Amino acid sequence: MPRTAPVSKMQPKSTKEGDLIARIVAGEKELFHELIRPYERMVYLTVFSILKNETEAEDAAQETVINAYRHLGSFRAEAKFSTWLTTIAINEGRKRLRKAKGAAFESIEEQIEEKGGDYTPAPLTDWREIPLEALERKELREALQKAVAELPDTYRQVFTLRDLEEFNIEETAQALGLNIGVVKVRLHRARIMLQKRLVPFLKTLAPKRRRFFGSAP
Amino acid sequence: MKLECKHVWEYISEYIDNAVDTKLREDIERHLEHCEICSAILDSTRNVLVLTADDRTFELPVGYSERLHARLAKELEAPESPDEKK
Repeated sequence: MPRTAPVSKMQPKSTKEGDLIARIVAGEKELFHELIRPYERMVYLTVFSILKNETEAEDAAQETVINAYRHLGSFRAEAKFSTWLTTIAINEGRKRLRKAKGAAFESIEEQIEEKGGDYTPAPLTDWREIPLEALERKELREALQKAVAELPDTYRQVFTLRDLEEFNIEETAQALGLNIGVVKVRLHRARIMLQKRLVPFLKTLAPKRRRFFGSAP
Repeated sequence: MKLECKHVWEYISEYIDNAVDTKLREDIERHLEHCEICSAILDSTRNVLVLTADDRTFELPVGYSERLHARLAKELEAPESPDEKK
């Protein structure tokens, strides 16, 4: 007799998520904790990419989650929960930014990116990969954070969704309300800018030939 | 088609995303085989992306999750269900 597959393991995330959402809306409120847990980091990174401030980002992340809970009844099953939640996070982040910056904030983003500009990578010939263990070093983490923080705001938002949160191009475009072409251009520029910015620094970290210290000639 | 370095750079991002068509992909790969500069640029860009995406690079504030769930718990204590709260 063929064995039945373990249903809980076979079930795709979206179905399980859909069930959770239905149960929460039907009154099992406590399950919202479980629903949101896998997305805590995503929500924080999204608002942080807009606000660039830890305290503000944490407040905005909390507000996002509360709003998502309050409006969960309006979530439609054909949408992806992560995209829906990210849209709420982006709106929350932008709202706070507008408040902080006042009227100076341009709410309508330009949809056309000119092809020009100098977005050339840092040329090099030899490259030693920096292993992930190197991230234990604070100076490396700080350099990476700084480089991302210094990207133009619109590039950083695209980069965060695509490369840190692993949205695909279409989802990134949808969440940010941009067209796909704009997302691709911004992503490309963000990546090249990071390469250009970080490679000279990373090269100094790469293991080089042994040197003797402290022994004067 | 023989590609110049500059042309390859324009497609680095899409190449990394595996979003270039087969023909262009082949052209780029042929170029990479003999061009040390472009190979190093591609490798270093990939490495930069891997490092930036690592969870250790952007850490959440200490206690973030606990505070978030505490706030949420308060919200959930309210009598209405999410449906009625629109």
